[in-house]
Amino acid sequence: MANQNAKTTNENGELLNETAPMEKHSAPLTAGNMFARLAGIGCLLLGVVGAFLYLGGWFSPQKLTPARFVDEFERVSGIHSGFRHNHAKGVSVRGFFDSNGQGTRLSKAVVFQNGRVPVIGRFSLGGGDPHVPDALSTVRGLGLQFSLPDGEQWRTAMINLPVFPFKDPQAFYDNLVASQLDPNTHQPDPAKGTAFLASHPETARALTIIKSHAPSSGFDNTAYYSLNAFRFVNADGASTYVRWTLTPVQPYETGTGASQNKDFLFDGLIASIQQHPLQWHLVMTVAQPGDPTDNATIPWPEGREQVDVGTLTLDSVESEETSPARDINFDPLVLPAGMAPSNDPLLSARSAVYSQSFTRRAGETKEPSEITPSEVRK
Amino acid sequence: MNARTTNRQQFTGSMRLLHWLMAALVLAMLGIGIAMVASLGDYHRLVSIHRPLGILILILVVIRFVNRCLSSLPPFPATMSPQERFAAHASEVLLYTLLLVEPLVGWGMLSAARYPIVLFGSLHLFPILPHSVTLYAVLRRTHTFLAYLLFLAFVAHFGAVLFHTLFVRDGMLSRMAPWRARAR
Repeated sequence: MANQNAKTTNENGELLNETAPMEKHSAPLTAGNMFARLAGIGCLLLGVVGAFLYLGGWFSPQKLTPARFVDEFERVSGIHSGFRHNHAKGVSVRGFFDSNGQGTRLSKAVVFQNGRVPVIGRFSLGGGDPHVPDALSTVRGLGLQFSLPDGEQWRTAMINLPVFPFKDPQAFYDNLVASQLDPNTHQPDPAKGTAFLASHPETARALTIIKSHAPSSGFDNTAYYSLNAFRFVNADGASTYVRWTLTPVQPYETGTGASQNKDFLFDGLIASIQQHPLQWHLVMTVAQPGDPTDNATIPWPEGREQVDVGTLTLDSVESEETSPARDINFDPLVLPAGMAPSNDPLLSARSAVYSQSFTRRAGETKEPSEITPSEVRK
Repeated sequence: MNARTTNRQQFTGSMRLLHWLMAALVLAMLGIGIAMVASLGDYHRLVSIHRPLGILILILVVIRFVNRCLSSLPPFPATMSPQERFAAHASEVLLYTLLLVEPLVGWGMLSAARYPIVLFGSLHLFPILPHSVTLYAVLRRTHTFLAYLLFLAFVAHFGAVLFHTLFVRDGMLSRMAPWRARAR
């Protein structure tokens, strides 16, 4: 084929030289050859699209994804516009963390250097119902965001259980499915719960430990646990695995739970924090080699080194409706340099599912919180 | 796009280098993006790559645009009809626009949600939008939409080059080939 030498101009009015490269020795294609080439091009394109969809999980509808996780929360608890899908009922708090510098031995994170950083947080009750009546046996949560002076953040979401009942995301999900209420009895099917425990002995063992700790009377005199292990890296680059506990300064009292009103735990927290600032010690438990870092159902042995790294003070309380804490995703993997996830499979899954839940509720209309601004002021 | 055209049959070395470097990064980015939103176990690892990679692509596309404006371009092959030339030009504008806007939407959505925008270690970016979860929700959807659009634009571009190279056999690929094309 001969090159054409026609000169034209492009859309900008510039001179274009149309001399173009052509295969000089290209014999005409046979019909079969043409078909084969077109088919080859089609296969390549289909392969690219297929690989993309495969990565997106389109060919594995049974795979547990963040979206399917949050769908299940919505099936179990219903859709509550603008609320978190778990730990839906809550109230916001503010305060600060005074670091005593002891933590720098374990982690180079700025939060552990001597000094004070502001903290915003949220107390909550487990479950997807934002108006659920308070009960002593319901899991209590505390989400915190530490704002570090260099602009980094540390977020953590803790609960008042010393161990977590589920070893991985699938176990958590299967329990969620088993806990779905029967539409006729409005109770979970006990047979499903029994079957779940039978197939998850680690959950049964964790529940035994949990039941040996009688819940305290309120949010303020409860310990909160990180549950998952994290990897700390200090300034020398040395790694240590830790779990942390917030140990209350407020003395433990056994909860009675008798003839309580619907919001007694939250009302108690509000009254308490308005009387005096509430304080917790942040205590790091340091793992020994061989301690499980990938299974939050198993406690570490007694006698592990404990490092008190500072004091958390919470001195004001606010309804979620007016607090920026409502719009914080307490993603446990928002970590400053010096803190990293362990190999616990729950951590990445928590990050993924919290993110999915946050994205959904961010786009929803916000409805009034159970704990309203007037309830906090009264 | 205002650039001189010459008799060269190939894009300049710097344009080809940037093209293939970005092709690899953008394809990896699309794969990471669609995999991470469907992943539990790998979510954190993938997101931690996604953020700095997105910023790298944002920097590269600016460099690439400036480089393109300063470079001389080879002409279209004579085998391309005016309609094809228009489509090629439009798809180039679309790809440049998406490669610029998609990372900015990602940065913007994290800004609106006040997520820390961590690149490596303690290195993080400043927010570029005010704090608004409503804005976050809109931008988060936009980010997904633009990612699919970018993927479709890539498939169309890939398909067109394959068609010209293998079926029309006009040496289309050699214009952007990473190797130096033989003199014709």
